[in-house]
Amino acid sequence: MGKRINEMINPALRNPEEQKAKKLDLTVAAVLLAVLLVFLIVLDNVLPQNSFTLMLIPVLKKGAIYSLACVSMNLLNGFTGLFSLGQAGFMLVGAYTYAIFSIPSGQHNAVYQYFDGGAIKFSIPELLSGVLGDTAGSFLGSIICIILAGLVVAAFAALIGIPVLRLKSDYLAIASLGFAEIIRAIFQWNGLGAVTNGSNLLRKYTAFSNMKIDIGSFSLKFSTLFPFLIAGLSILVIVLLINSSYGRAFKAIRDDEIAAEAMGINLFKHKMLSFVISSFFAGVAGALLAMYQTTVQASTFNTTMTYEILLMVVIGGIGSISGSCIAAFLYIACSEWWLRFLDSGAIGSISVPFFRDGFRKVVFSVVIMVIVLFFSKGIMGDKELSLSRMIKKSKAKRAARAEAKAAEGGEAK
Amino acid sequence: MSEAILKIRDLKVNYGGIEAVKGISFDVPAGEIVTLIGANGAGKSSTLRAISGIVKPAGGSIELLGEHIEGKNPTDIVKMGITLVPEGRKIFPDLSVKENLRVGAYLRKDNIEDDINWVYDLFPRLKERSWQAGGTLSGGEQQMLAVGRALMSRPKVIMMDEPSLGLAPIVVRGIFDIIREINRQGMTILLIEQNANMALKTAHKGYVMETGSITMSGTGLELLADESVKAAYLGT
Repeated sequence: MGKRINEMINPALRNPEEQKAKKLDLTVAAVLLAVLLVFLIVLDNVLPQNSFTLMLIPVLKKGAIYSLACVSMNLLNGFTGLFSLGQAGFMLVGAYTYAIFSIPSGQHNAVYQYFDGGAIKFSIPELLSGVLGDTAGSFLGSIICIILAGLVVAAFAALIGIPVLRLKSDYLAIASLGFAEIIRAIFQWNGLGAVTNGSNLLRKYTAFSNMKIDIGSFSLKFSTLFPFLIAGLSILVIVLLINSSYGRAFKAIRDDEIAAEAMGINLFKHKMLSFVISSFFAGVAGALLAMYQTTVQASTFNTTMTYEILLMVVIGGIGSISGSCIAAFLYIACSEWWLRFLDSGAIGSISVPFFRDGFRKVVFSVVIMVIVLFFSKGIMGDKELSLSRMIKKSKAKRAARAEAKAAEGGEAK
Repeated sequence: MSEAILKIRDLKVNYGGIEAVKGISFDVPAGEIVTLIGANGAGKSSTLRAISGIVKPAGGSIELLGEHIEGKNPTDIVKMGITLVPEGRKIFPDLSVKENLRVGAYLRKDNIEDDINWVYDLFPRLKERSWQAGGTLSGGEQQMLAVGRALMSRPKVIMMDEPSLGLAPIVVRGIFDIIREINRQGMTILLIEQNANMALKTAHKGYVMETGSITMSGTGLELLADESVKAAYLGT
């Protein structure tokens, strides 16, 4: 795979103009990322807690997590053309895997109070803390648990994929939705309570607030930066995959299965690859969501969650990574923050009678309908956000305007 | 006549209970253009689909350079050197022209830049449109792209399923010029066509298919001159 990615990135294969545009975009992205990084560290450590940051921080965290969930769904739905609705199920497995392996052993009796302290008696962050010290242990431990969550979900997906990926379009959607529901039911079943804690919560595991480095009395917190780093790296991997020759094969399958097969692309193998990789990152997103929520319960990973993610993917643009990310942040900010005032019963001091709990959701639904009506292919369509294209477009626009003006002038004479 | 690169013996293809191909045999000699002509539903496309592995033959044998390939999957068959240009072109509309060509070389691990340039030399129009999405090309350009894409796998035999379908007569002539040109460069071609006139003029050898069987064979010119072929397929 490395060789193929190299072949794709090799600048000699691109035309110079494209290369220049790409360079500009990469530079801009790098600068923006650096600014974001610094901002997040400042946000975590320096800025005072007020009503603004108290809303901003959770929205940013959740936005980053949902971005990853959306991008992983987009890899499957938008880039491989497989319409799967199993996202919540896979995130559930990821969240549970993460939680189960990172609950400190001292807390097992409290968490698994109805199941004699549970069947799993160790905790990965704790084991590592024993060797590496507390700070490195909890960082590395959570990262290992997150990767483990991804791997477990990928294994699940591989098993489910064998029967499900033989189905097409609507049937695949229905079957994957069914599997997600079955998984949810199994995780709530008391028979597996020693591992999953049945229908009870899992809690007390390593969360984002544990992501800090203590230096004497001062502690450097990374609770917002951490989800951004994990989600960002995961999205980067997906972007590299999409731009590799595997990604091209996925897109070929999406565009035309028969032609892809005639070119020698093994349909089942590549669909499986896309499904497993997408599920891996859904698992990672699930693990991050568990860290964010600080508690996990299977009943929250329902079909509504899948539809929410699907909605973000559609709003952002099916087949656009940057679209998915933008839509995820906008969606989360709107639903959790910007439209809150609609539930408060008043604008400022003026009381509005129909502004009561739930009205925000009515407005939100209308906003979504408007967006879908006016951006029928989503905010980004299947394009990526790129400064060089914006410059090109505005140049073209300016040129067109100048031409129109010149023509007008000519007529006036 | 040179040695046959592709040997079809008693090939049968069934869809459920329907026999689409009822035991046909023919050879494709190396370096020649062989055409199967016939009306809709004669079993031409089914024959190509069976050779390319997209459908499994119900019986008979297909040999490529003495090796049996019947029942193998399409990936292996492309690897062994038979590539299909599917009916209706079926280029990848959202991929750029260059990406389409790259997908054509998907199974190759070696350097493909020379071959991309070779395809661009054959089809200068594609070079001009290199960064354009495949779906924005005209019908004729899409057909060029479909042929170029198939060439990218460096096949020993290239099979074309109705390359003239839905194209204007002048474009069709251009496509057949290209078929002759890649044949002149040494490519073996198995062509199926409803445009019997163009196909027979181009091909070294032709077979007439009717309801799943081969009813007539001969050189292209022989068939062109044949009264019954004239009446049935040439409309003269």
